[in-house]
Amino acid sequence: MQALKQSRVRGRNQGKRKLGAMERREERVAYLFLLPWLIGLVVFIIGPVIASLLISLTDWNLLTPPNWIGLKNYEKMFSDRDFYNSLRVTFRFVIMSLPVYTLVSLSLALLLNQRIRGMYVFRTVLFMPSVIAGTAVAVLWSILLNPDVGVVNQILGAIGVQQPPRWLASRDWAIPAVILMGLWGVGGGVIIYLAGLQNIPPHLYEAATIDGANPSQKFRFVTLPMLTPSIFFQLITGLVAAFQVFDVAYVLAGRGGTRASALQFYLLNVYEEGFQNGRFGYASALSWVLVVIATIVILITFRTSERWVYYESEEDKS
Amino acid sequence: MQSNPTLIQRHRSAKRHLRDDIIPRARKLVRLLVLYAILIGLCGFVLLPVSWMLTAALKPDSVPFYTIPPQWFPTEHFEWRNFETALLDPVRPFLRFTLNTLIIFGGNVVGTIFSCTLVAYAFARLRFRGSGFLFNVLIITMLIPWQSQMIPQFLLFLELGWYGTYLPLIVPSFAGNAFFIFLIRQYMRTFPRDLDEAAKIDGCSYFGFFRHIILPLCRPVLAVVVVFMFLGSWGDLLGPLIYLNNTDQFTIAIGLANFATRYNPNTNLLMAANLVMMIPPILVFFFAQEQLIGGIASVGLKG
Repeated sequence: MQALKQSRVRGRNQGKRKLGAMERREERVAYLFLLPWLIGLVVFIIGPVIASLLISLTDWNLLTPPNWIGLKNYEKMFSDRDFYNSLRVTFRFVIMSLPVYTLVSLSLALLLNQRIRGMYVFRTVLFMPSVIAGTAVAVLWSILLNPDVGVVNQILGAIGVQQPPRWLASRDWAIPAVILMGLWGVGGGVIIYLAGLQNIPPHLYEAATIDGANPSQKFRFVTLPMLTPSIFFQLITGLVAAFQVFDVAYVLAGRGGTRASALQFYLLNVYEEGFQNGRFGYASALSWVLVVIATIVILITFRTSERWVYYESEEDKS
Repeated sequence: MQSNPTLIQRHRSAKRHLRDDIIPRARKLVRLLVLYAILIGLCGFVLLPVSWMLTAALKPDSVPFYTIPPQWFPTEHFEWRNFETALLDPVRPFLRFTLNTLIIFGGNVVGTIFSCTLVAYAFARLRFRGSGFLFNVLIITMLIPWQSQMIPQFLLFLELGWYGTYLPLIVPSFAGNAFFIFLIRQYMRTFPRDLDEAAKIDGCSYFGFFRHIILPLCRPVLAVVVVFMFLGSWGDLLGPLIYLNNTDQFTIAIGLANFATRYNPNTNLLMAANLVMMIPPILVFFFAQEQLIGGIASVGLKG
């Protein structure tokens, strides 16, 4: 009896030790598989992020050996009109575009979630422009939005708008014009909301019906809370993207004039300072300022999310 | 005397019929009509610009580009030579640009599939200390704006003598892409655990298991990744703009952007070039619609 018990204990211990060896082997293998990414993390992300901070403290311009100039690049920003303007343009875009895109893609998702004949065709058509490159969209719409003879203003004129906006030729309407172009490709976000809608368990609606909820109450108390994770996801990815607008700005602001300042997005300014004027030190400092701003905005969004994003409890998830 | 009640009854039943049957049905019909009207209007918003662009691209130089009212459909002019001129222009050889773009895309496919599947496998199916932490790091890297790495990366590749080659646009893909790793990992997690156990008992090595069991199972998600990568490579402007300096190496996005920012371009040719830029992604969309929508949806749900 005793011996049996002992051998069992030994057996268990042996098993444990063996498992330990296997676990260690598994761990080694795992890190081997992770190696490409770990190298990339150091060489292409962490290294450059640190280097960028150091470069921002120099006057690096490729022509002369770089000098350490401390915080001078950052001081220079305070008197740099392009810096202020690009910051203003980017913020205007972030503040105007996010609510518009969220509302439009949400309503479009609700619309495309209706069960009617031919919906497949409508979905296909409406999702299509979301795959078209930003450059091509900008080229097309800059022609459509021609203030004098463009198609859009002809339509606006035909429905009785006396003085249609001058769009890209105007300081105030250039950003709305860019947002309009973005609406054309809003389908990507719609897909995410549509998936969120179809993921809502039907029993919630059944329960709401039993409780006597009308359609608008169902939307307010079932649909909307269940969609908040999707909205949150879209908000975060939208923010990251909105701080990095480039293609559209490059194509539209490229020819100078009113457009150049009305559409001087932040990244375009960094690109021009760095890659056209060769001021890599200053451009690095500019990037750092935006990264800090973007991080703060994203963190605030994460913080507030606890209050309005509804997550299913852990038991439901598994 | 006797007909009266039936008249009232008839009247009542007609009223009931109206209330219970006709009004709800009419309401439904109106709702349906409004839905269709909105949907068709939205499709017009999407499709009419494209058809207007085609019309404009087919106009000969001799007719006005803008007309009042606008010409929405190509009914009058069919100057197909515009496409030839736009594509074969020696100043902007768009065919060459297309080939260059495909070379970069091909390199990225090889790099991404190689690295992302390996890394995703480790995150999805292997147990190791620090996996939670490293996975969080992976998610955070998706949120770091690329600008913070752009300039040092450029200086690094310049130092390596890779400026003016495709290497800076291809080599980083061999280090994996956080978004694709995430996507593939989510997919790999759906396979049953028994698979790993069975392979272990059969004496299959980790790499053998990955190569012969997991990788073939991943074909659907890899198709999604390749579609996303095509759209990314096709549209990427900033990367090629920074690293390429020779017209022969330019990609289609640079070609188009340069054409558009030139002072006073031939607008009909610009529209022709723009259509050529739009068509491949649209074709990919139609052929890979299911995968694309499924891929985007799965990211949104699990993100």
